[in-house]
Amino acid sequence: MNINWFKYSSPQTFYPLAGRMIPWFAWLATAFAIAGLYIGFAIAPTDFQQGEAYRIIFVHVPAAWMSMVIYIVMAGWAALGLALNARLSAMMAQALAPTGAIFTFIALVTGSLWGKPMWGTWWVWDARLTSELILLFLYLGFIALQSSIDDVRRADRAGALLALVGVVNVPIIYFSVKWWNTLHQGSTISMGAAPKMVATMLIGMLLMALAFWMYTIAVALMRVRCIMLERERSSEWVKQLSGVNS
Amino acid sequence: MQWASWAAFFNMGGYAFYVWFSFGLTALCLIWEVLALRKRSAQALRLSRLLAQG
Repeated sequence: MNINWFKYSSPQTFYPLAGRMIPWFAWLATAFAIAGLYIGFAIAPTDFQQGEAYRIIFVHVPAAWMSMVIYIVMAGWAALGLALNARLSAMMAQALAPTGAIFTFIALVTGSLWGKPMWGTWWVWDARLTSELILLFLYLGFIALQSSIDDVRRADRAGALLALVGVVNVPIIYFSVKWWNTLHQGSTISMGAAPKMVATMLIGMLLMALAFWMYTIAVALMRVRCIMLERERSSEWVKQLSGVNS
Repeated sequence: MQWASWAAFFNMGGYAFYVWFSFGLTALCLIWEVLALRKRSAQALRLSRLLAQG
């Protein structure tokens, strides 16, 4: 197959393509969420230690995963934009940041809601929780820095540098439960070891993670379309757009 | 099926507040994000249309 990738890296070809992809990812997200919630609430058994409170895992862990994955993908796009001076890459990075911030917020709040009944406290300043809070500040810093610089190219470059420096925080979050003594429980699933949980719990969690993935792609595509319109308003391709020229 | 009744399901073994707050907040955040983006996209299209008409 011979696809000309550079063709899709220009906003005027990517805009309609993204528009056609959004409904598919939205439906996939809905389907995975329904399946995940059904397995998580109707099939997965009660936990022998944590009772029903453990069911928070079905949003907490997928949200925490997404908060880290989105940051890495965002930094990757930012780096690509920095290296190639490609406008679409920078727009993708900008489109991912708010969704990453939202998942980080969800991971923090649901973690707090899980910590209160299990640990007896809403918050502790331990490695896992603190590094995840720093991740939220990195996202907010990226968004604020980019929106505070009027020149778009300079804003992209400044944002990309911040995003890249912040990447160091992601392995710190991931390994924090190994490197330091912490109140947070260790990973339930880790690479190279058998999962320490009942199969149905695991399947429910993975389905919810897939749902969040699909949701993230759909929402990032929606946002990148907005950014394209806002940035390139005066260019010819926007004026020729079917929703614009009518 | 895990639950003896709907009441037992909603009660979540006494952890109703923590479990339902978590899921409710997640749903609210995601729905809010989609609605905000729809609004933003409509506004961006409207502005582009105004600009295209000169």
